[in-house]
Amino acid sequence: MPNHSASIQLCVQKLRILIEDSDQNLKYLGLLAMSKILKTHPKSVQSHKDLILQCLDDKDESIRLRALDLLYGMVSKKNLMEIVKKLMTHVDKAEGTTYRDELLTKIIDICSQSNYQYITNFEWYISILVELTRLEGTRHGHLIAAQMLDVAIRVKAIRSFAVSQMSALLDSAHLVASSTQRNGICEVLYAAAWICGEFSEHLQEPHHTLEAMLRPKVTTLPGHIQAVYVQNVVKLYASILQQKEQATDAEAAQAVTQLMVDRLPQFVQSADLEVQERASCILQLVKHVQKLQAKDVPVAEEVSALFAGELNPVAPKAQKKVPVPEGLDLDAWINEPLSDSESEDEKPRAIFHDEEQRQARHRPPEVDEEELARRREARKQEQANNPFYIKSSPSPQKRYQDVPGVEHIPVVQIDLSVPLKVPGLPMSDQYVKLEEERRHRQKLEKDKRRKKRKDKERKGRRHRSSLATESDEDIAPAQRVDIVTEEMPENALPSDEDDKDPNDPYRALDIDLDKPLADSEKLPVQKHRNAETSKSPEKEDVPAVEKKSKKPKRKEKKHKDKEREKEKKKDKEKKGEDLDFWLSTTPPPATAPIPVPSTDELGLDAVPAPREECEGPRGAGPEEEDAEEPDQERKPSKHKKKKHKREKEERPKDRKKSRQRPPGPEEAAGEPVQNGALEEEPLPPVSSYVLLAENSHVRMTYDVQGSLQRDSQVTVSIILENLSGSFLKSMELNVLDSLNTKMARPEGASVHDGVPVPFQLPPGVSNEAQFMFTVQSIVMAQKLKGTLSFIAKDDEGATHEKLDFRLHFSCTSYLVTTPCYSDAFAKLLESGDLSISSIKVDGISMSFQNLLAKICFHHHFSVVERVDSCASMYSRSIQGHHVCLLVKKGESSVSVDGKCSDSTLLGNVLEEMKATLAQC
Amino acid sequence: MIKAILIFNNHGKPRLSKFYQPYSEDTQQQIIRETFHLVSKRDENVCNFLEGGLLIGGSDNRLIYRHYATLYFVFCVDSSESELGILDLIQVFVETLDKCFENVCELDLIFHVDKVHNILAEMVMGGMVLETNMNEIVTQIDAQNKLEKSEAGLAGAPARAVSAVKNMNLPEIPRNINIGDISIKVPNLPSFK
Repeated sequence: MPNHSASIQLCVQKLRILIEDSDQNLKYLGLLAMSKILKTHPKSVQSHKDLILQCLDDKDESIRLRALDLLYGMVSKKNLMEIVKKLMTHVDKAEGTTYRDELLTKIIDICSQSNYQYITNFEWYISILVELTRLEGTRHGHLIAAQMLDVAIRVKAIRSFAVSQMSALLDSAHLVASSTQRNGICEVLYAAAWICGEFSEHLQEPHHTLEAMLRPKVTTLPGHIQAVYVQNVVKLYASILQQKEQATDAEAAQAVTQLMVDRLPQFVQSADLEVQERASCILQLVKHVQKLQAKDVPVAEEVSALFAGELNPVAPKAQKKVPVPEGLDLDAWINEPLSDSESEDEKPRAIFHDEEQRQARHRPPEVDEEELARRREARKQEQANNPFYIKSSPSPQKRYQDVPGVEHIPVVQIDLSVPLKVPGLPMSDQYVKLEEERRHRQKLEKDKRRKKRKDKERKGRRHRSSLATESDEDIAPAQRVDIVTEEMPENALPSDEDDKDPNDPYRALDIDLDKPLADSEKLPVQKHRNAETSKSPEKEDVPAVEKKSKKPKRKEKKHKDKEREKEKKKDKEKKGEDLDFWLSTTPPPATAPIPVPSTDELGLDAVPAPREECEGPRGAGPEEEDAEEPDQERKPSKHKKKKHKREKEERPKDRKKSRQRPPGPEEAAGEPVQNGALEEEPLPPVSSYVLLAENSHVRMTYDVQGSLQRDSQVTVSIILENLSGSFLKSMELNVLDSLNTKMARPEGASVHDGVPVPFQLPPGVSNEAQFMFTVQSIVMAQKLKGTLSFIAKDDEGATHEKLDFRLHFSCTSYLVTTPCYSDAFAKLLESGDLSISSIKVDGISMSFQNLLAKICFHHHFSVVERVDSCASMYSRSIQGHHVCLLVKKGESSVSVDGKCSDSTLLGNVLEEMKATLAQC
Repeated sequence: MIKAILIFNNHGKPRLSKFYQPYSEDTQQQIIRETFHLVSKRDENVCNFLEGGLLIGGSDNRLIYRHYATLYFVFCVDSSESELGILDLIQVFVETLDKCFENVCELDLIFHVDKVHNILAEMVMGGMVLETNMNEIVTQIDAQNKLEKSEAGLAGAPARAVSAVKNMNLPEIPRNINIGDISIKVPNLPSFK
């Protein structure tokens, strides 16, 4: 591949500018791009090491992780120790286990990359690993353990040092495995035990280590670690036995055996089967040895023979390299190819069984040598002609592999300038210093001999990336990784499949098309799923929150009845004037279909309320805020409060009757505030009662309410107020029914009969009467003509009077305030069977808070959620239509988007709302 | 490939979630929770990229997110997507939302959930980015809205007919219809008004 070093250089320089930028995004992207260049041109990136190291200190974890990725490619023999040292300080500082774990894996990755290529001093590496075991709460104990094992096995020169370190680790095992939190790290004991057992000849004080491994505390370790302990205790025992016998110290040998016999039973009792089995085998063995020892028979030889021979790692590709025996053609059919249909008929259950049977039936056809050769030739021919078959070219590795055996690669002698034994647990730092000294000495030495021997140094060097710097190569490693000790089968064949040239430009083409797609490669397929989604976790949360927010309010109101009482008060508002006056009248008993507000309990009220005015929608403690308003109407609120208290005492009497009333609009107004958890603002007094008709005698105001309980029925509350000086009696209300809307009349009454008003009105008094109407279709507003007839009686006599009116049923009046949780709201909108419509009203100066309250009050909505100047609202019609609104306030305009199960209803409700909003 | 698009508010309440890889409902919920946990603990002035949680596929996947006022827009992508490209896509998405619903707010995502999904489908399909030109997207969405409106008009026709009949002036209807020798007496209908 051509080398674009100049452009790459320029690219890296530009990236440096990105990384130096203060914008964190650019920094991240710069590092990301840098890591892509690093793969192909590590050298050009390496010059910016300072910058990358700087990024390691960044406060942003994403950037630190990217910088870590880059570090992986930047290490050289020269700077490895320095970089790892820096990383170790980060490990100590790192908060959060995830980042620390990431650092740990990175350190190990960096050090172990390409066969420990950059490690010059393995003692340093071992001490780094040991230091890492002191990390708290890491999940990567097994990673450290694997590294320890790998290094100890493959670097022969380091074994004695490693063993001394591991025995120290075993000795302080209680530190490693003390708390259960750190059980991730106790994996290293696995490695430590194995290394101490396997290389026990290097142990300084084998007896001491043996005792450490037989401590009762060991039984608390996980089973697989105990199993390794048990196995390696015997190895250790064997080597001790040998030592003692050579020294002809029979007593000491017997003492060791006794120790084994004493301590092993604790493992025999283990709950872990593996441990138990190994321990019982070994216990029997040791007991047998004890018997022989008693007879003064030398046993050491035999015991150590159990563990004779070296355990070498098996090369990952060893299996592939087993040579094919002469005359065996792996591609030839053993039996005749089965027809497709036959294989399809097979039941998957019995697959193994069937196969055996078939193999027994069909004998492999005899294929003679000639036939084989012919087939092979044909196949080769076919492959040669096949344009899609990528031929393998002999790679440089192949030639290298051609030479069988490992003897030709010399194992470098240990550089004795480094002390092999460091007492106690070493600190990795000291190696950095030592390494520098060593390098310095080496350099001096080299300068002297440069002319004499140039090549000798290189001879033993492994195959190495050609990109390594010249200065890199100057540093001779203190120990060498002994890769060739990986075991290969005898007569291992070179194969061209492994070790593909990483620089091969065609490598990317090497895709196995026969292989089934991995999960990550599959294209996503749209799947149906149930519209019913599982409950979100918030779903349970929300109501809880809702309840919480409601609670304080409940407390404030003491109990529901009180609240209702208040409502009732408000209902009476417009009738205004003297409440006491009105209270003094005792109405006649109500007729069945007409629930009448009970007034007798109010009659007991001794406190004269001069003029009660409705406060309109109210929420949490508006009274306090109200007091600040310079509004005379606010004044009575205090009286009112007092009054309510008194009423509460008299409560039980009227509870039943007050229950009959449908929930008033005031309650509705209170609701959304609870739902939306809005902060309270003082609101101007409003009323839902509208003038119906008026003449010199009487004024009628009315309000229409629906209730979910009584399907398709609405209640019309009419307040009759006597304006004249005469006494009004025999009042009767009649309405001309339409097909759609009918007034509920007492049983037996004809359609043309009026419904009597259940009370009489003295001069100046007002009272409320309620009438039920049955409605069929609620999607449209409608008007009913009606007449109120009454007899006005004064001193001069009685006159029969009539008052005509038009009763207007707006669509809004069919809506009932229903609270709705946001999850249910979202699900409703997701269902997609709602029609949509929207309106926009300009020139609105009212605050959003008040606006919402107004909509809630006048149109019977409740706030589902509110975010800044945007709110979603919900209401339900008496016939179960859902009405959803999204109200948004701009600078001086309000837009309302609505969704409803019925488009006509929605259109009408929005029109009505527009009229309301236009007044704001 | 984009694996998932998640939108949730500052409190972790999901406002929109779209997965382009099959996950079970439970896993989806867990992914949203995990992602929120990862994203919400980051400062305001750090970069917009981070490694994905374990559930969505570990460190092979990136989370690219932006935080607007009350909402987090999070895209979970694999390594084949350009970080900068996705970051820009989020911006385009949000601007498109703002154009389609004036003065967009988080409740729009709930209320106009169908439209939001339409917009998203214009931009991303099956985890692949289709369109990044905002004008193009808006044009398509407008066309769709127009179509929807005309269909709604069709559906609303019966309702309009009914209301027209109800508003008809009944006295003008002849009392008797005589066709040949058949005479039909029109029933006396009460006024609807």
